Order: sequence, then structure tokens, then C-alpha cells
Amino acid sequence: MPSSVSRSRHRVTASELVGPYTLLRLERGDLEPGAPGQFFMLEAPGRLLPRPFSLCLAPPGELAFLVDPIGPGTEALCRLRAGDEIGVLGPLGHGYRLDVERPLLVGGGIGIAPLPYLAEQLGGSPPAVLGFRNADYAEAAALLPSAEVVIDPVLVTELIEPRFDVMACGPEPMLQAVAALYPTAQLGWEAPMACGYGACYGCVVEIDGALERLCLEGPVLDAARVRARVEAVA
Amino acid sequence: MRILNASGCLDALAAPEVARQLEAFVTKTVTPLPREGSAPPRIAETAHGMLNAIGLANAGRERFLADHVPRLRELGIPLWVSVGGFCAADYAETCSLLSDIEAIELNLSCPNVDEAADSAAEIVSACRQATELPLYAKLSAAHPDVAAVARAVAAAGADGLSLINTLRATALDKQLRPVLARGSGGLSGPALKPVALHAISVCHQATGLPIVGMGGIETGRDALEFAVCGAHDVALGTALFADPGAPTRVRAELATACADAGVATPDDARDLAKSPETERKVPA
Repeated sequence: MPSSVSRSRHRVTASELVGPYTLLRLERGDLEPGAPGQFFMLEAPGRLLPRPFSLCLAPPGELAFLVDPIGPGTEALCRLRAGDEIGVLGPLGHGYRLDVERPLLVGGGIGIAPLPYLAEQLGGSPPAVLGFRNADYAEAAALLPSAEVVIDPVLVTELIEPRFDVMACGPEPMLQAVAALYPTAQLGWEAPMACGYGACYGCVVEIDGALERLCLEGPVLDAARVRARVEAVA
Repeated sequence: MRILNASGCLDALAAPEVARQLEAFVTKTVTPLPREGSAPPRIAETAHGMLNAIGLANAGRERFLADHVPRLRELGIPLWVSVGGFCAADYAETCSLLSDIEAIELNLSCPNVDEAADSAAEIVSACRQATELPLYAKLSAAHPDVAAVARAVAAAGADGLSLINTLRATALDKQLRPVLARGSGGLSGPALKPVALHAISVCHQATGLPIVGMGGIETGRDALEFAVCGAHDVALGTALFADPGAPTRVRAELATACADAGVATPDDARDLAKSPETERKVPA
């Protein structure tokens, strides 16, 4: 948890298309970028509830978020233009541990969102494997120029070598497959979230065998902590 | 007018700086035994509202009393405990174990449990015999005659009312399946406000009991409307999710709204809706 839970308003500096996604850039103001994999709640204009996003990039003076327009909230965020203002709360939750020796970043679809900032915080261009459903979505790989890219039906797990410390984010089946192969992997999960700070009890996932709030325990979890869930599904 | 949180809409231990903005913190409902709660997905946004099916997830009475209450006391915020159960004896036993708190709220209306509880009046009566702490009965506006329920719980010994709880509701996803794993959940947010204002009006007229009004309050103006209809205090629920600074903001806005309405305090606004100067009254 941050020491202070308070929402602040931030101006949009730019909105850029990256394949089918939108990279939304906001003025940073007093916000800390936090650790890679932590998340921010962004006000979705015209909607009751904010939406959770991990930080994608942290250029000087800015925070940038990758948005996939999959519903009314994310579509409203993609319609924002430079000069518009939204409420922002964060950084929230727990991100990736950076004390790894041989990082390998693994991303699937919109799950690539936290990886550019993670790569930067790891100090350069760690090896990365990104998977997308088609070439259109794969345009987003430009955010991580050093990455190997695979397109469905090729799976990212086909390219992972065992000698790496895997740091992954992506759809649940991909995370389950990664967790089954690499019990030491760090996995970035997602869940519907109304608040992001433990108030709504809506974002539970099975962690250490019990339903726990992802916003407080995660969203980045050691694969071993979701082992029961993975084995139950397998 | 005090500003509280709606039960289950804030974890004071996870976000103490939000709880410290409140005049009292209301706990998530505690049941005799631990409950893991509903499977996810548990929440969904709807037009002007949201659904939740948390399923009264809680650590159970024993761990709540031994572990949570001492840590909540350390926060130094007046504490209300929300009590739930599946029969009058469940509620009464929990009430008998509580002490040194400001009030008990009896959750008589959670839409996310299948088990039928005893009648509201029966539960209040059992709890009244079990404790001398102030008892607030949290009622559902889904009852066809909520004023009659209010009169019954007043006669059974309730000291106040909490109005309203969420309303049972369903939303479908793109594939036309229920969004929530449970199939249905409780509707909250601004969509509920007109329902809450009516229920508060009729229960205030029926009983005169102190009322904690809740249901879609987002602004100070909303809180003033609740006062006009008979609420002594208000609670914020869904509004906290988008804005953890909502209690402080609403309190400031309420002062402005009172000034705009020409009343010194929200208490002075109460009964404005049925004062002789106004022609329109809320029918029972």
C-alpha cells in the first residue's frame, strides 16, 4: 500500500495508437512511478468505476499506460485527447522483484503492458518473448524492440528456456502454462477491480489455496503461490 | 451529520487513512463461522451502478474478535460492527460477545446469501436481549412495505435504522451469460439513490428512529437530500471505490450545499420535505 491513498487529477499529454492498443500518456505531477508491475486506477470518463492499469513507460515528467479498448471504460480512456484530465490513484499493489540474475520477460497480448517499464528498471534490454493473436496486435511489440515475437498458434512457452528467471504477464491460460513449467516465475495477474486498495473485495483470485484480494497480494505473484489453482485447472 | 462507510465497502486495516476520514468505521459483516465468499467474478459495472456478489466473505466471529477488533481499536476510530447470521440465535450470540464499540449494525438484508434468515423483528428482539449496545437494523428496500418492517424492528427494540442495502440484480456479458459467477448480486451506486430516498422518507415518518442513510451518495448535495428525507447520518459505499478521498470531499460539499439551501446544518434540513412550507410530501 502507498503511504497515502488519494486520487489526483492528471492532464493527458498524448494518446498514440500502437496497433489496436492506445498508449495514453499523462502528466506525472507528484505521482511516483512505483515498481514495475504495480498498477494505477485510472478514471474512465463517464463511467462509475475507475479501471486498473500497470505502468507501461515512465518517461521524464510522464506516466504512460497501454489500453486495450475492450469495453465502455477502456473505450472512454482511448477517446481521451491531449489536454483532457482524469483522476489517477497509485501506484498500488506489489510489482516484480528485480533481484533476479537472468531475467526473461514473457508477455501475451495486452499483458505486455508492464514489460517496457520492467525492462528499463532491469537496466537495459533483457531478453523478452512476446505472443500475440495476429500481426495487427503484434505491432505493439515495437514497445519492446529487443523482443522475440510469436503469433498464434505459436505459444510463448515454446521459446522459453529453463535457465532464465521468468517474469511474465498475460492472459490466464498463458500464466498457467508458464507457472506449470517454471515454478519460480513471477506472474502479473489481472482481475476486475472496483477500487484497487482493498475496499471492494471484488478482485479475489486463489492465492496460497484461498481467495485473496489481488490488489493487496499482487498483482504480481510468485508462481508457487498460485500452484493449487494451476494444478486444479491442469 | 456523521459520515460513515457502508459495511463491506472499506477495509480500515488495509486503508486506515481512508477510515480516518470517517466519524465511525463500520466493519464488513461478521458471521459465526468463516466464509470464503463467492467465486470470482464478483463485481461488474452497470449503468449508473455496480453489482457485487462477495458472499459475506469474512474470517468468522472467533478470529474477528481475537485478531481484527484489537487492531481496529488501535486505529482510534469509533467502531460499528456489522453482524450477520442465519438465525436469530446466530446474531444474538455475536452481539453478546461485543463490547466497547459504538454500535452494532444488524445486517438483515444481504442479497448475496441463499440461507433464509428469521424475520427481522425476531432477530432484533433476540439481539436486544443479548446486548445494551445501540442496535441499528439494516433493512432492504426490496420489501414491499419497508415502513412496516421498520415499525416492527422499532417495536422489537432497534435504536436506529440503516437504509438501504443493495438490491438483488443481474447483468449479462457479451456472450449473454451472467457476468457474476454467482449469477446475481447486489446493485449499488447512483442508480439506487431514488430508492433510498423513498425508503428513508417512509421509515422516518413511520418510526422517527435515527437513520443512517446510504445508497448512491456521491456528493454533499446527495447527502443533504438524504438529510431532508430523514437521515441523521449517511454512509458512503460505491463512491469510496472511485474516490478514497470521498468522505472529506463530501463533508466539504455538504457544508456548501447547506449554505446554498439556506440551512445551518443538515439536521436543520431534516423534515424539510414534509414541512408546512413545502407542498409536496413523500407518500408512505
